Amino acid sequence: MTNITLGEAGIIALLGYAVVFFGLILLMAVTVLLGKFFVATTKKTAAKEDAPAPAPAAAPVTAPGTAGDIKLYNVEPKTAAMLMAIVADKLQKPLNELRFISIKEVEE
Amino acid sequence: MNIGETLLKLWNDSGFAAMTWQNGVMLLIGCVLLYLAIVKKFEPLLLCGIAFGCILTNLPSAGMYHQGLWNSFMAEFLTDANGEYLLNELGEKIANPAYHNFGTILREGGLLDFFYIGVKTSIYPCLIFLGVGAMTDFGPLLSNPKSLLLGAAAQLGVFAAFLGAIALNALKGIIPGFEGFTALDAASIGIIGGADGPTAIFVTTKLAPHLLGAIAVAAYSYMALIPMIQPPFMKLLTTPEMRKVKMEQTRNVSKAEKIVFPIAVTIFVALLLPSTAPLIGCLMLGNLLKETGVTDRLSDTAQNALINIVTILLSTSVGATMVGSNFLTGQTLLIVILGVVAFILSTCGGLLSGVVMYHLTGGKVNPLIGSAGVSAVPMAARVANKEGQKANPSNFLLMHAMGPNVAGVIGSAIAAGFLLSVFGG
Repeated sequence: MTNITLGEAGIIALLGYAVVFFGLILLMAVTVLLGKFFVATTKKTAAKEDAPAPAPAAAPVTAPGTAGDIKLYNVEPKTAAMLMAIVADKLQKPLNELRFISIKEVEE
Repeated sequence: MNIGETLLKLWNDSGFAAMTWQNGVMLLIGCVLLYLAIVKKFEPLLLCGIAFGCILTNLPSAGMYHQGLWNSFMAEFLTDANGEYLLNELGEKIANPAYHNFGTILREGGLLDFFYIGVKTSIYPCLIFLGVGAMTDFGPLLSNPKSLLLGAAAQLGVFAAFLGAIALNALKGIIPGFEGFTALDAASIGIIGGADGPTAIFVTTKLAPHLLGAIAVAAYSYMALIPMIQPPFMKLLTTPEMRKVKMEQTRNVSKAEKIVFPIAVTIFVALLLPSTAPLIGCLMLGNLLKETGVTDRLSDTAQNALINIVTILLSTSVGATMVGSNFLTGQTLLIVILGVVAFILSTCGGLLSGVVMYHLTGGKVNPLIGSAGVSAVPMAARVANKEGQKANPSNFLLMHAMGPNVAGVIGSAIAAGFLLSVFGG
């Protein structure tokens, strides 16, 4: 198609201009949709970030005297636990009101 | 050894003896273009190379560029001196061995012929687009997608100039040396209205390579002259009230959106008009390299070293096509006139659609940003901003005008794709 009449050129020109509009309108639709998607995503993320943080779990209330570590010398933890339970029972005191510093096996 | 004969031989071998008046005029034009580039700073990065290429190609006997080789490259069949097809004993046309044969160019060509291979293969315009993409921020367009309509409207000049070129065929025989424009010529002339140099070169190389010099020079000259061409029409088509409109701040665009956009555009536009895939593909690849944040080195190369190297090669080889015997014709003058008409009509198309938007949005859009839809990034946006500030000194339209400006790049690529599809690029 090298030699065309003015009428044919007019039709091609109109068609071309319409194609440019059509292409860019479709691209606009794609851009708008993309924008909406990303704006919605950003809002969701922002909403999550802005939401009040869950209150930290309440710290377990410990009875005074139960804090601290106990030192065990040649004693199994299971044995130590049993010994502490016996002592508490003998003293008629709850275990969490007693403080054990260390338990040591006495060798003969 | 006869000194006289030696001197005569030296003279005969020199370019001075082979100089034609066309060469002389083109050397003068080359110097004028250099003056415009260096002193007036009209698109100096491109015009310097074009002007110097023009000078180099019009130095007789230098053998840097051979128009004949490229004419032969484009001729499918052999012809005689009068342009008649040569026939074999069976009465069939004889195939030209040099047709689309780069081997012939490499074997017989000069330095500028080698440079020109990059134009002929459309490598340079695409690589320029890669660099342009790496320098472009699509954020303003993404935040205001309606800008795309302004970019579409501003392609009016492309199709009006195409129509005008065909209409000018009525002058065939009236203007000396003018043999009329074919549809392919008209399509290449029309794309000047897109105000996009690489796109103009891309289309012209495929449709009307013999017009490349005139079209490239017209396209780049008018892009440089935007600050002079556009303002009178901005004032003509808008009222002072319209020009005073302050536009609202556009929304922030996320990084993810900027990354997805070039990918989506490439797929969408290349599916719509496959012939525009090289241009759009490179533009968007460059942009993707910029936006990913993990390819900074590549983005830096694309927007600096690569685009600079290609600009040198492209501008010089475009200038090389300004061979006097081809360039100094009535046709070139008509192309220059049609080019400026295309530019003006594109500006008016963008402005008028801006005026329509102004009314539809209840005065929220400043119609001046429509003029930036003619591509020519970022010059057209700067002009819109400047004119807006003249009307209202506290008005800052630059970011708003960048939307239609980059939309114009996409719009002109789509227009180019359409013309290539119709006329068989």
